[in-house]
Amino acid sequence: MSVATRNAPGTAAFCLGLLRRQLTLAARRPIEIGNPLLFFAMVVALFPLGLGPAPDKLAGFAPGILWIIALLSSLLTSDTVFRSDFEDGSLEQLLLAPQPLFLSVLAYILAHWLITGFLLALISPVFAVMINLPAEAIGALMASLLLGTAVLSLVGGIGAALTVGLKRGGMLISLLILPFYMPVLIFGSAAVQNAVIGAPAGAYLAILGSMLCLAIALAPFAIAAGLRISVDA
Amino acid sequence: MTESGPLLSVHDLCLERGGRELFRELSFAIYPGQLIQVDGANGAGKTSLFRILAGLSRYGFAGRVERHAPLLYLGHQPAVKALLTPRENLAWHVAGEARYNNDQIESALASVGLYGYEDVLSNTLSAGQHRRVNLARLYLSQCPLWLLDEPFTAIDKSGVAELEKQMLFHVERGGAVVITSHQLLRVSHRVQMLNLNEGLLA
Repeated sequence: MSVATRNAPGTAAFCLGLLRRQLTLAARRPIEIGNPLLFFAMVVALFPLGLGPAPDKLAGFAPGILWIIALLSSLLTSDTVFRSDFEDGSLEQLLLAPQPLFLSVLAYILAHWLITGFLLALISPVFAVMINLPAEAIGALMASLLLGTAVLSLVGGIGAALTVGLKRGGMLISLLILPFYMPVLIFGSAAVQNAVIGAPAGAYLAILGSMLCLAIALAPFAIAAGLRISVDA
Repeated sequence: MTESGPLLSVHDLCLERGGRELFRELSFAIYPGQLIQVDGANGAGKTSLFRILAGLSRYGFAGRVERHAPLLYLGHQPAVKALLTPRENLAWHVAGEARYNNDQIESALASVGLYGYEDVLSNTLSAGQHRRVNLARLYLSQCPLWLLDEPFTAIDKSGVAELEKQMLFHVERGGAVVITSHQLLRVSHRVQMLNLNEGLLA
């Protein structure tokens, strides 16, 4: 037979290609990257208006405020991870790819995290200063956001995979995944709060880290299964 | 790859949608060198059958599908990203079939009449050209079995003739093609009809 045997790319090369593809797509629509950050800036600016501009009062609320906004802006973007691929048929082709879906969805989530949570964590010191978070807590804020938003992206991916087949999945996805965001919020804001009062935040960061390990190990299974169900339906 | 075995075989496939039986006890096998056109009116279940054959539909039907060879499935959606160029669309294709080098991609795009469009963003291309980007995969693919669901939609006459030539080439090199189309194929090869009620017609 003249049909040659296939030279399918290795899984690592394929996933790197996917990562590059997703990042290129994001870079060509910079407004999508900017939106969550602008949302963050706007909401941070609302709190001094609502709570009063007293600096020490704001500083007390700052860890919780920053973490809740991070959570909401992550929620805002989680719907988009697989949507355009579902609509143009790329998702079907991804499911038929010979490479393990576990790793390809991990590449999708990694790309999503890099353009949302990772950027947010990098810029968070600016927002922290806006609401008077003490400077010694900024390290803990960045570290907790780096770990925590990665968990949020993974958990959000499950909701995205399950609702991608629905025309308007936005509200449903919030109801589905917000309960799973709670532990991240609790330990993330606790890490920052401890840093504010000068206590070590390491234990909370370690718990966030272990949540991340658990999410990396388990969430892609759920995402892959969710995508198969959504495409099958 | 086995020389004589079927590329895909289907046993006693039954499918019901919305209380209507689309097909029952459908059994057939696809061997290398076969060119099969699926016959049926709109809503007869052709796309459902293709999705079952490809493995996208995994529940809601009875029967067994055995895939013995890698397959290429082209569905209704072109799977082309508007924000990527045709070259990037093929180089980073999510189907993960193979690594193609630039020459292969350029010649495939030239074959579907997209010479000169390799590096423009796909959102400047027409709907037919989007489909052509997708169809360029037929010139790259090494999969022995092709499942083509309405590949001629939005393709002009000369494009259809080119595709027929490529399908003929594929069948003659030992591949197999299953296609749904409402127009008759004009190829110098035997086209077998697959009827959803009666199975593969001799």
